[in-house]
Amino acid sequence: MRVTRRYRFAASHRLHTEAFTEQQNRDLYGKCNNPYGHGHDYVLDVTAVGPVQRGSGQVVHIPTLDRLVSEQVLRDFDHRYLNADLGEFKSLVPTSENIMRVIEDRLTAHWSEVFPGEWPRLQGIRLRETKRNVFEMKS
Amino acid sequence: MLITRRAEFSASHVCAQPALTPEQNRELYGAGANPSGHGHNYVVEVTLEGDPDPVTGMVFDLKKLKELIQQTVIEPMDHRFLNYEVPPFDRIVPTTENVAAEIWNRLCPHFGTGKPRLNNVRLYETEDLFVDYSEERQS
Repeated sequence: MRVTRRYRFAASHRLHTEAFTEQQNRDLYGKCNNPYGHGHDYVLDVTAVGPVQRGSGQVVHIPTLDRLVSEQVLRDFDHRYLNADLGEFKSLVPTSENIMRVIEDRLTAHWSEVFPGEWPRLQGIRLRETKRNVFEMKS
Repeated sequence: MLITRRAEFSASHVCAQPALTPEQNRELYGAGANPSGHGHNYVVEVTLEGDPDPVTGMVFDLKKLKELIQQTVIEPMDHRFLNYEVPPFDRIVPTTENVAAEIWNRLCPHFGTGKPRLNNVRLYETEDLFVDYSEERQS
């Protein structure tokens, strides 16, 4: 069974890569390349998978998942300028694809500390940048 | 092809195991263990998988699916205290996981192993927490 918990964070970013010229960046990223950045209300869905534990009736202890996501993601991402405030994005363009990879790396790195058993496992994450832009990956 | 029908019911529940102390239940279920219970506006999404009938153009008659969900899920559970009024929750904890599995168990006998078959039950306890129960059972 899969259990999905939804989280939110507000953050700004600018899409720009040193690999391209100013003009190429403008052509590729459009207004997302505007020099001072812009922001979104991101919606992050985190999905855990596993059998329902007999007794507790739970797949995942939600307060533990909340604490993991809060400490590893929300604390650093919420109300931040991703390009400047997060080390990962010094050399990585904070597209939603890359934001997802960073979030997944952070959750995976600490998952077994808080969920030491075989289950639950991280099944995947889904990131909604706007209502019209949604990104999804399996772990 | 997948088709999904959505339905809603409002119900109260309390998440606690009789074998545990109040402190242990609070540790496991948080405010969900408050002894007098609390309620949610549950949203259930039932997904069927099949091929459109060449004549009717339908995978399944959505009116029939609506009636089936109404009879097996909504009428027994809507505006009820699950622990006291809806078996098996007199014996097992009505977590979102267990309620989703029960909905699956109530719907499943109405479909065969061929097509259309029951593909997934998604149960939202809140906008920020939902579970998916599908054929894989353990995953």
